[in-house]
Formats: sequence, C-alpha cells, structure tokens
Amino acid sequence: MHTKKRKHNPLVSRLSCFTVSLYSYTHLHTPVVLTVHSLLAVLSVGSSYITLQCPQVQVHHYHVGLWIGHHLCPQLPAPAFGAQELKECAGRVFVDAQPEFCLPERELLDLSTIDVILISNYHCMMALPYITEHTGFTGTVYATEPTLQIGRLLMEELVNFMERVPKAQSATSWKNKEIRRMLPGPLKDAVDVWMWKRCYSMQEVNSALSKVQLVGYSQKVELFGAVQVSPLSSGYSLGSSNWIIQSHHEKVSYVSGSSLLTTHPQPMDQSSLKNSDVLILTGLTQMPTANPDGMLGEFCSNLAMTIRAGGNVLVPCYSSGVIYDLLECLYQFIESANLGTTPFYFISPIANSSLEFSQIFAEWLCHNKQTKVYLPEPPFPHAELIQTNKLKHYPSIHGDFSSEFRQPCVVFTGHPSLRFGDVVHFMELWGKSSLNTIIFTEPDFSYLDALAPYQPLAMKCVYCPIDTRLNFHQVSKLLKEVQPLHVVCPEQYTQPPLTQSHRSDLMLELQPPPMPYRRCSVLNLPFRRRYERIYILPELANSLVPSEIKPGVSVATVSALLHSKDNKHTLQSVPKPPPMPPSKKRKRVIEEPPVALAPKPMLSGAVALEAFLATLQKHGITEVKVEETADGHILHLQAEDTLIQLEEDGTHIVCDSEPLRTTLRDLVLRFLQKL
Amino acid sequence: MPEIKVTPLGAGQDVGRSCILVSIGGKNIMLDCGMHMGYNDDRRFPDFSYITQNGRLTDFLDCVIISHFHLDHCGALPYMSEMVGYDGPIYMTHPTKAICPILLEDFRKITVDKKGETNFFTSQMIKDCMKKVIPLNLHQTVQVDDELEIKAYYAGHVLGAAMVHIKVGSESVVYTGDYNMTPDRHLGAAWIDKCRPDILISESTYATTIRDSKRCRERDFLKKVHESIERGGKVLIPVFALGRAQELCILLETFWERMNLKAPIYFSTGLTEKANHYYKLFITWTNQKIRKTFVQRNMFEFKHIKAFDRSYADNPGPMVVFATPGMLHAGQSLQIFKKWAGNEKNMVIMPGYCVQGTIGHKILNGQRKLEMEGRATLDVKLQVEYMSFSAHADAKGIMQLIRMAEPRNMLLVHGEAVKMEFLKGKIEQEFSIDCYMPANGETTTVTTNPSVPVDISLNLLKREMALGGPLPDPKKPRTMHGTLIMKENSLKLVSSEQALKELGLNEHQLRFTCHVQLQDPHSDADTLHRIYTHLKSVLKGYTIQHLPDGTVIVESIVIKVSSSAEDSNTKVLLLSWSYQDEDLGSFLSSLLKKGLPSGIC
Repeated sequence: MHTKKRKHNPLVSRLSCFTVSLYSYTHLHTPVVLTVHSLLAVLSVGSSYITLQCPQVQVHHYHVGLWIGHHLCPQLPAPAFGAQELKECAGRVFVDAQPEFCLPERELLDLSTIDVILISNYHCMMALPYITEHTGFTGTVYATEPTLQIGRLLMEELVNFMERVPKAQSATSWKNKEIRRMLPGPLKDAVDVWMWKRCYSMQEVNSALSKVQLVGYSQKVELFGAVQVSPLSSGYSLGSSNWIIQSHHEKVSYVSGSSLLTTHPQPMDQSSLKNSDVLILTGLTQMPTANPDGMLGEFCSNLAMTIRAGGNVLVPCYSSGVIYDLLECLYQFIESANLGTTPFYFISPIANSSLEFSQIFAEWLCHNKQTKVYLPEPPFPHAELIQTNKLKHYPSIHGDFSSEFRQPCVVFTGHPSLRFGDVVHFMELWGKSSLNTIIFTEPDFSYLDALAPYQPLAMKCVYCPIDTRLNFHQVSKLLKEVQPLHVVCPEQYTQPPLTQSHRSDLMLELQPPPMPYRRCSVLNLPFRRRYERIYILPELANSLVPSEIKPGVSVATVSALLHSKDNKHTLQSVPKPPPMPPSKKRKRVIEEPPVALAPKPMLSGAVALEAFLATLQKHGITEVKVEETADGHILHLQAEDTLIQLEEDGTHIVCDSEPLRTTLRDLVLRFLQKL
Repeated sequence: MPEIKVTPLGAGQDVGRSCILVSIGGKNIMLDCGMHMGYNDDRRFPDFSYITQNGRLTDFLDCVIISHFHLDHCGALPYMSEMVGYDGPIYMTHPTKAICPILLEDFRKITVDKKGETNFFTSQMIKDCMKKVIPLNLHQTVQVDDELEIKAYYAGHVLGAAMVHIKVGSESVVYTGDYNMTPDRHLGAAWIDKCRPDILISESTYATTIRDSKRCRERDFLKKVHESIERGGKVLIPVFALGRAQELCILLETFWERMNLKAPIYFSTGLTEKANHYYKLFITWTNQKIRKTFVQRNMFEFKHIKAFDRSYADNPGPMVVFATPGMLHAGQSLQIFKKWAGNEKNMVIMPGYCVQGTIGHKILNGQRKLEMEGRATLDVKLQVEYMSFSAHADAKGIMQLIRMAEPRNMLLVHGEAVKMEFLKGKIEQEFSIDCYMPANGETTTVTTNPSVPVDISLNLLKREMALGGPLPDPKKPRTMHGTLIMKENSLKLVSSEQALKELGLNEHQLRFTCHVQLQDPHSDADTLHRIYTHLKSVLKGYTIQHLPDGTVIVESIVIKVSSSAEDSNTKVLLLSWSYQDEDLGSFLSSLLKKGLPSGIC
C-alpha cells in the first residue's frame, strides 16, 4: 500500500475531523418502479496537516475515502409510451424494455478519488462493476471470501438472465420530461431516470471482482497508515460484515444488514462494536412487523396445503441466502407433512454452484453447522435432499428439466422481482389455475407490484416476507449494550412509517437523538481529533529524564527529530553535532551566534524565600537586604550590587556581571520545575 | 530491557514432539504439543515438568497454539491438557480442530488397544481436550487477552496448517510450524506479510536440501510405480491418512486415467474415505486450481481408488496400496510391508521423512535385515524407494520466508543439529541477523528494543510538521520539542504550554536584565541605530527590529540605550531577556560588552 498524496483546495480541507457523507435512496413504494432501499456512504478520514507559510497557503492532505456497500436496485422496466414502449395492463402503465438499474449516486463526488470500498454482504455489491469499471476508480475493494464468491454468482445469474431475453432497444422516449409529466403515478415520480443503466457484462463483472481483496473477520487491515479497517460478523448472510474503521483514538462502526437470529451464518459480533465514537446504522429489516419464524411457519403450511390439493408452488427467490434456510426447514418438514414424494426443483443458472458453495464455508457458519463439518458431514442438509433425489437443481427450464419435470411440485427460482429469469415462465404456466400458489419470501419487492403485469391472475398469492435483519426493538437493545457516542442513520428510521404513523415502536428513539441523513446529504461527524499516535525510538526513550511533578505524574522534556512516513510518526534522538573542526580562528567561535538547538523548557513553581536565602548563603552571598513588596520580595545583594525580584509567578534577576548572573540563574532553577 | 525467551521442550535440534515455549511481554505461550514417533517411553512426550516443577500449567501458560494436525505437533495435547492438567485456551485452525481428534484417537487405539499400554489418555480425554479448543481463521486477529494477540497465516504443509504471528505490544514472534513454499497438487504455498517479527521460529527439516522441481519428482514417482506394476509387482506407499496421501492420489488418479491403467489402487482404512470428505468440506484451504473447479469436478472424488480390505493383500497380480501410518512404525502399513517384503518384484515407496527408530528410517538407511517383535527377523527383498514428497520448505524456501517476513532474529527448530548448523551459517551470512538453534530445555534470550507508543497532541504535531515545510523531507528531519506527561498508564506528548495547562501549573517567568556600558560618542538614537546595524551584520537569520519607541528587539530580547548621567559619551545599554532566550541573551551581553566596531555609521 502506498501513501496517496493529494492537494486539496484549502477551503475544503477537512482538518481534524472525520467527514462522512451519506446518500440514500428513499424508499419508493410505487406500483411499477420499485426502488429498493439502497445506501452508499462515503467516509473520508482526514489526517491532514496544514502548512502556513505566509503569504501562501498550502494544504498537504493525506486522504482516505471509503465507500461502503452498494445495493443495486432493479428498476423494473416500467412498460411505457410511444406505441412500443408503453403498455397497459389491468389499468396500469408499464414500460416494455430491457430492464435497467438505478445506480448509487455518482454525481456528488469524483469516484476516482475514492481509495477503498468496503462491502457489507453479497446483496450490497451488485452495483460494483458500474463503479469500478467506468468512473476512473483505482482503489481497492475489501470483502470476505463468501461475499466475493456468492456475490460473483449472483452477478453471473443476473447477467445470464439478461442475456436470455435480449431486447435491442432500450426505452428512452418515456424518460422525456414532457412525456413523463403525463404518465401516471410511479413513472412520473421515478428519480434519475436518465442515470439508469443496462446490465453489465460478465467481462465487467470479472474485472470488477479482480479488484477485490479478501479479508477475514477481525482481520486488521491498515489503510495508508492512517486508519485500520476490520470486518466483523454481522450474522445476516454467509460472510456478511459490519465494519470498524478506526485510528488510535477514533472509532467508527458501520452496521449494515445485521441479524441476531440463529440462522446459518456465524452469529453477529456485537462486543467489538463497543466504544464507538460514531455508529452508522443502516440495513434494518424492511418488514418490522413480520416475524421471520412466523413467516417460515406460514410458508410451510401454505406449501403443504397447495401440494395436498394437487397444485404447484412457485417460490420466487434469490439463489443464495434465505433459500438455504427454507430448504433446511423443508428438510425437517417434508416427512412430517407427508411430502416425501413431491419433487422440489431449484432452477437457476447458479443453482448448483450456490448449493455447492454453501457447503464449503465452514469458518463462516454458525456453531452447529461447524460441528457437523468436524464429523465430517456437509453443514447444510440440502446435500442429503439432493442425494435422495428430493431436491433437484437445473440451470434453466430447458434441457434436462423439461423431460424430468413432474407435477405437482415446488419450484424455487428467480428473479424475485418477477421481471426476468425462469420465474416468468412459471407465472405464465401456472398463473391461470387457482390450484397453484405463489409464495413470496423476499422482502425486497412489493408483491403487488411484482404481480401487476401478470394480472388478472387466478393463482393464489401468499406473502411471507422473511427478513432476518434487525428490527427496531433489537436495535434499541443492541445500542444500549454497545453505547456509541453518536448514532447516524437514515432519516426513515427516525420517524414511524408513513402508513403507520401511530406506531412509535417502529422508529429509533435514542438519547441523544440520532443524526439523520438523507440522499445526498453531507454530514460532519462530531469528532474532535486531539491526539495521534507517535513512536519514541528506544534510544531516545532511554535518554529521557522524567521528574515527578505530582504524586503519580511525571514529566520529561523531549527534544527530538520527527520522522513522518506513510502517516506513521516516529521520534528519534537528535544526533550530536559533529565536533567543531579545530578552527584556525578560535576567537571567531565566540562571536558565532548561538545555534538554537533545543529551546529552554518552560518553568513552573515558585522560589521560596527562606530556602533561597539559605542557598545564597551557602554560596557565599551573605549581605542580602530583603524588602517586601505587594507581590513578593526584592532581594538586594549589596556586595554584588544585584537585585533579585522574587514573585509567585516570576523571578527577575538584574545583574551586570555575567558569571554571577549564571550562578544566580542556576540557583533559581533549582527551585523550579522544567517542562 | 525487554526480552523474549524461547525454550524448546521438544523439536530443539530434533524432529518430533514439537513443543516450544515462548515468553514475550510477560505472556507465556506454548507452540505445538507433539509426540515423538521414535520413542515409546517418557521421551515420547515433551518434558512438561520443566513448567510444572514451579506450578500448574494453567497458571503459567496464557495459551497453547497448535500449528497443524500431525501427531508430532499435537500428539501430546490430551496428555498435557487432561493428564498433566491445563484449562486455558488452545488455538488451532478449523481443519486442524476437525482432523486432530481423529488422528489422536487413531494413535490412542494403536498404543492402547494394540500395544496394550496403560496409563495413556482415553477417548474421553481427547473429547474433553478438544472442548478447550478455540478455532482460528486465517488472517483473523485474535485477542487472547487485552495485550496478547495472535494471527494465523497459510502454511501449505497439510490441510489447515498455519503459521502464527504472536504479538504483545510492539514485540512479536512468528512460529512457522511446518510449511511449504511451493504449491503442490492440492495445497497452496505458505505466505506471510512483511511483519518484521523480533524472532522467526522456523522448522528446518530440509535445512540442507535444495530439492529439484516437483515435476521431476512426480515423473520419477509415476515411472517407478508404473514399472513395478508392469512387471506384476505390488507397490506399497506408506502415508499418513491426510496430506501426502491426497496429493499422491490425485497424481495417480490422473495418471491412471491418462494411461488407461487397470491395476487396482487401494486406500487402506476407512479413515481415508473420511479424509477425502474433509478435503471436500475444507476446499477453501486447498490450492487455487482445485478451489476454482470444485463445483464442476471435485478433485477429491476418486474414480480409480478404492477402499482396501485386509484380504486384498494376498490377491495375486499387481496393485498399488496406500496404507497408514507413513513411517512403517505400526498399523496396517507395517502389516502389509511384512507380507510383501520378501518379494523382490514388490516395491515400497517412502514419500516422506521418517523419524529415527522407525522401520521406515531403518530401511531407508539400507538395512536389509529387520529385527521384529519376538526374535523373528525379516529379510527385506523388495525395492525400497525414497521420494521426498513431504511438504516442508527446503533451504531455498526457508530463505524465501525470511525475505518475506524480515525478522530481526532467527531461531531454528524441528531439524537435525548438523543440518541446522549449516543453515544457521548461511542465514547469518546472507541476512546478517542472529540465528539460534537451542536444544531441548535450553533457553534462548533475545533482547528487544521496542519503540514506545505515545499519544501526541495533534496541535503540537501539526505545528512541528509545519516547521519543516509543506512536504516531509527525509533529508531535512525536523526537530520537535515538547513535554511528555506520564500519568498512570498514559503517555502524552504535548507542547510545554499545554502541559502547564493540563497539569494545572502556573508558569514561572525567569527574566534577566543587565546593564552594559559602552563608549560611543553619539546621540542615544544614533547609538541605538548603530547597535541595530551591528547586530544585523552579526546575527544572520534572526529577527531584529528597530522600533520607533527607542528599542531594538532581537527575537524577544529587548535592548534600550540611555546616556550616563556623568558622561554623555558613556552609554548604558539595558538588555532584558527571558530564560527561554538565555543563550542568545547571554551572547548579546558579551557581544555588546566588547563595544561597537568603528566602521559602523
């Protein structure tokens, strides 16, 4: 790692403070365009030093910027206008085009100045290629191994889905302001429509992921010597992390997508979040009123009911994450519910990889699953479901699946937005029959919006969103334990949901109140940086002479060479000046003005009169006339014609003889402490 | 002076029963707790009485760290924790934690059930011991307590093998365990960052060997196996269930497939089946290639290699058998060896190091008549081949690791004294660092010279950095002055002003005033100006001001002029300065006492 040096405009230099800017997308509950909560934080840690050399001002700034987490939000192609683009279905208007994606804010700052991106979990990295490939970004991305591997799979799946349904044209005319003004609801209100992007390619994915540096939980990663970052288990998904960003004296925690429930991932590491100056909190549950366990129960019973009645069950879901828990739950449920003969299908281009990868991350799993690996048995029971042919996986509905497909059955497939992927075929195949059921488990999309273009539908719809992330009750408890000095969170968390304005339990109430942020707002975090770590080299440390000032408190004056390199500072002894070469003109030496090597220390204390007089006497100065003044005493050394003015906070020696003056100086100094 | 002490209780100038005590920053750590394969008596285990003569292990040790699952690194663990008694934390990686108890149980069975030894640890003790184990992840910084932190690095030697970095304050030690600097068919190469430890404790099994390329050895191995099979011989490959076995299996499997060979390959004991499972589940610990392709083709699912049954040994025709243990000191490999030893068509390939005292060691040294239990002797007629497949770093690898970690001192263990001596010389010559090789029970003491971490006030730091100009210039170091406040455990470096304020002290001003008489027949104002000009020419680089109120100020030293009451040509100069300007004030007073040079106007 190397130190980056950048010159910054002095006016914007953020001296001695952490600056965090956070942008967030607001939650749009709109029928056609679904924007998922997405957050992106930019944290710049300035350990910067200002140099004032009048008249010119220069700023010399070591700068570390961090991006934390991206959430990619599929912008469901709102079917649209002009003859081809817009389509109407059951009273709603849709854009019919290649799906586009809303990206994290890119205008507010120059992404090429970002040094580091920290990834929280595999759901939060889907926009990575847009940033690493087309913005001049040259920094490093940090993520855990499961996050990287599963993130890669999810991107691969997305690219695959898109490539299957190529649409040559992208819809643009509906984005036109004039046209949009006339469109109904969600299309009209969609934000930044011109910034929406088509999906990236596999090549871009590979290039983006090649910039990822793997880290393990609690690994301390030094950034440019200025700060240390460290991922902690967040308990939400395989390899999901909260991040600690700290210097020797300041600590920021970034808590995003955390869970306290016992599912498959390693439990959340809470204790390491303690002593944070600032805790940035985001990624709370989107379903604060839905209990995940209850939802799981409902999922199973609806599934069993449909199958018993001879219908099929469609579960639109992501290919990693909660699906592992669903399969585990079914593994226990199948026999008791008499579903032993019902085929379960998992259809996704990454189905096999996702199931295989889940089995090899023992280190990242909860204790129970780790113990199974020690036996050695696969940690997830879906291995057994596959072995016993109860669960079958296929890359797509084509090929083997079409010949082996039996009904009634249960199908897990994506994409949960219902806009692309194999799920579309099943919607068309099963939508007409009321025997069939679609069960929504992913909380990212409103099921009504997802279903809208398929209306009218005969199939049953069950909404069992399973969101294991922290709810408000859990967060309050967590914060009480962790006790950060300040909490920063999205504005939405500081008020009850719009639709349930009476539910004060669905918001964050803290003392002191959290600092809210909204999209594109720039927050200054309340830091007062006062100290920095410096290392005193052993030679210098040994040469220091401490003197006790008060009981338990000692001081030593330090004069040393300061070395600063890669934001690390060390102090070293001042080398002894080389002995003066025997000068030809020795007399000149006296006339050389003194080179200011070490300035004299500051003095403290007071000179006690009696003791001082005694000392003078010891040194042969006996004729002293003492005169009392308002602030102290004046000593008249009569034989020497010298005055010493002794006061509480000062001593003044008026003496014309240099040798005597130095003697008196040294006598006075005996009574004072040097700092 | 702070010191780090290292005492091997085992593996000092020896291979076997690795067990090294490290005392660093007031913490005591035991690195590995192994057994010696060459002994069946007390010498089998490390001598824990070295510690226990002074008290309990738990009181003495802050933690135990196991580098990998080989018995010469963990074989004494249940004995130590359950029989000698240790209740503190034991750290090892996940794969080690998974595999270690299985090998211990195996070892226990051979010792107790087959050899009938008593006073040995029981199955329950192995279980109880493993309950004290805390798993380590690679690169995770584990805080053992507030001061002691440990971090594991990939060592490559066997599945889950780790090197460990131990740090207390700014002192640190790295222990390599066994490691391999070249990737093989199933594992990657060891790696560590430039952590500059005070001591690097390295194994030195192959201290004097520089091995040829792995490819050659593999070709050699395949050729020998193939030749033997062709002439209808049986090939015995004694291995440990985990490690080389998997590498050689992958090698043979691919060879069999390529050459379309039909002779059966067997793997003895059920352990291996299990072993392959471990490799599948801990695939993240294998090499890049295997990890990348595991979804499509798991390298640990073998088509040609079948489980061995005892009765197969007498089957006619060629076959290859992998059997445990690897040094022919007991168990199935020894049984098969006894059966096949008499036939010169057969072959035994020893793919790894054999400890002194084992049959493996004996036949490798050319012994052709072996004394077995009872009075029987065994004539060894089969071909004996040695092939160094054991994944230890060779001399080149050890040097490479030193270059990676840049230690201040080097300490060799886990090797033979003569070889160590040679390597020690090489290391001291090439890196100019001290290299130690203590024998068992011998303590090496290394004095460290840690820097003292201090909190510097940002104001002071910025002020000092500003003095040096906008950019740090390594050639022009900046001198800084401040006051170090030592209070309880905190060390703070602040400016003197701030120190006074923080300590609630008042400043005491010490001032000096002196009169200097000067013969200068000019007006007071002119004299002052002449002084000003004079000082200007003498004091280069000082701030000198001539103020309208009739003073000259040099830095903060005030100079005034008045005429003597008696003689207007005699001027009295008044100099006044504070203690902080003592040097300059003293210099000025003596300078002015000499009078002004005549040339000044």
